[in-house]
Amino acid sequence: MTRPRLVAEFTTADALQSAVDALAREHYRGLETYAPFDMPELDAKLGRRRSPLGWLVVAGGVAGLIIAYGIQWWANVHSYPLYVGGRPAHAIPAFIPATFEGTILAAALTAFFGVLIMLRLPKLWIPEDEIDGFSRASIDRFWLTASIFASDLDREHAAELMRGAGARRVIATEA
Amino acid sequence: MTTIAAPRRDGSRAHAQLERYPIMRELPDEGTLTTQLLAPLWTSQPAWKWLFLASGALSLLFLFAMGVTFARGIGAWGNNIPVAWAYAITDFVWWIGIGHAGTFISAFLLLLHQRWRASINRLAEAMTLFALVNASLFPILHLGRPWFFYWLIPYPATTGVWPNFKSSLPWDVAAISTYFTVSLLFWYLGLVPDLAAARDRAPGRTRRRVYGVLALGWHGSGTEWRHYRVAYTLLAGLATPLVVSVHSIVSLDFSIAQLPGWHSTIFPPYFVVGAIYSGFAMVLMLMLPVRHVFRLHDVITRRHLDHIALLLLVTGSLLAYSYLCEAFGAWYSGDSFERYTMLTARTRGPYAAFFWIMTAVNVLTPQLFWWAKLRTNVVVLFLAGVAIWLAMWLERFVIIVASLNRDFLPSSWHLYAPTWVDWSLLVGSIGLFSFLFLAFLRWLPFVPVSEVKREQREIASESRDLDGVAPEVAR
Repeated sequence: MTRPRLVAEFTTADALQSAVDALAREHYRGLETYAPFDMPELDAKLGRRRSPLGWLVVAGGVAGLIIAYGIQWWANVHSYPLYVGGRPAHAIPAFIPATFEGTILAAALTAFFGVLIMLRLPKLWIPEDEIDGFSRASIDRFWLTASIFASDLDREHAAELMRGAGARRVIATEA
Repeated sequence: MTTIAAPRRDGSRAHAQLERYPIMRELPDEGTLTTQLLAPLWTSQPAWKWLFLASGALSLLFLFAMGVTFARGIGAWGNNIPVAWAYAITDFVWWIGIGHAGTFISAFLLLLHQRWRASINRLAEAMTLFALVNASLFPILHLGRPWFFYWLIPYPATTGVWPNFKSSLPWDVAAISTYFTVSLLFWYLGLVPDLAAARDRAPGRTRRRVYGVLALGWHGSGTEWRHYRVAYTLLAGLATPLVVSVHSIVSLDFSIAQLPGWHSTIFPPYFVVGAIYSGFAMVLMLMLPVRHVFRLHDVITRRHLDHIALLLLVTGSLLAYSYLCEAFGAWYSGDSFERYTMLTARTRGPYAAFFWIMTAVNVLTPQLFWWAKLRTNVVVLFLAGVAIWLAMWLERFVIIVASLNRDFLPSSWHLYAPTWVDWSLLVGSIGLFSFLFLAFLRWLPFVPVSEVKREQREIASESRDLDGVAPEVAR
């Protein structure tokens, strides 16, 4: 679709929040916000659900548990059993520490690389970077972009709502 | 100066007392705040260069002592049977213990919604990371043939030999490598939004590119924050059991041995408490000068000092209790070797002076913090931090050397004295820590800018709610 998108700049988090409120109330979709800090209060309005990352991490942790225990079992029970002081080759309590650490390690690696993959990071450029002053999104400016409109009139209305909420400027861009 | 106080949740006196110290002073708008907090990245402090060079020189000494150890073997150290473990293991346990406070502040306190942690967590995490760099070097140096360190890792070797997982040493490898990796990931993930701010504020193309690559293209979109929030909290949740497990596993190196003075079931909790205690001491040592030099009084307030002092009091008292239990356990066991080591050799043996110094300093210093005035006195806090930091090194020395040098057989008793290589490794490791920490202060945002902004918004909106709904309750 080549229709221009709307990009609005706000100077405060409260202004961004009221703009999101106004647009969400009129069921605009394809909204994205940019803020220098986490604003979880916007999620419900934008229909964002909780990240599914937690389930991935659980899976990663379970895999780590199995692998860590498996390595120890393979090494000390199956491949090269050592009998020292009459202790059993399959000494479960002795395998607990490394299994625990392996579980945590695999879960943490899944959390870190999982979030990078889900966000397609590293991604050093996005179209918004071409907008003058957009880089302040990481510092003290709050941005709202809207990309889905029924018509030109609809887009004009959305721009009105953004201005009404206190947008410093609203830009229509093809990018 | 007007202040924004956190809302009062109950009417207790202790809370009212704390409320006098806000989490943050009233801060400027986000732009000015970012400029202030990122300013150290663009301008060097006058003394920085000299400190950096000095710590770099000490790091070279560390490298040189390592080279001597590599070339001549462990014989270059003062260790000899029965004192097979000495400075290197003392340094190892000491450094890894210091690391624990960083994870405690950044992960444990995050999960407990302790909001005051926001301004100091980055600093504490960096401390953890650099302490772990040092900690992981000592056991490798102690291997005797350090170039075969990879034998500790289970890999399919042509010899068909594997590490023995019934020994506590491979547990150490698992614990330390996991701890380092998780701490690094947690620290870096926390840095990403601030690296993006640094990218967008950086003067000049080169710095913008470097920070831009490090920031991985973070733009702060709602989608990014949605996943990031969960990932960060999960990493905190995963780092939290590490606070408890890593030093427990390290303590098992000692407690699964038969040696009197080591063979004790109290070791895991005793070591964890001592670790967090020594770490908080070092947090104070690092935080107070940083706060002074960079004038961070608005984000690291007296509230932070008060809380860290209270944590020192709690962990210090727990440690005193552990000392007591350790001695009581030896006496109550009725075992003559246990009784001799704990009650005679420690208190009247060749290393008795160290034992009494470390007991006095570790037990008595934190008791100062029953007085609220001393909890916010910068000079007292700094001196207490240094004293505890050193006394905790002595504690490990006493546990290790004073237990080993008089074991079961009096004819094999032997006194230990460190060589210049031992001293160089200890001093050099402090140098390497300082070198890395100074580099961190110079080139990375050491106060979490984005978290401080978030915190500021929450505090502002809460005090606004309180003012709006029921002004008489708010004040």
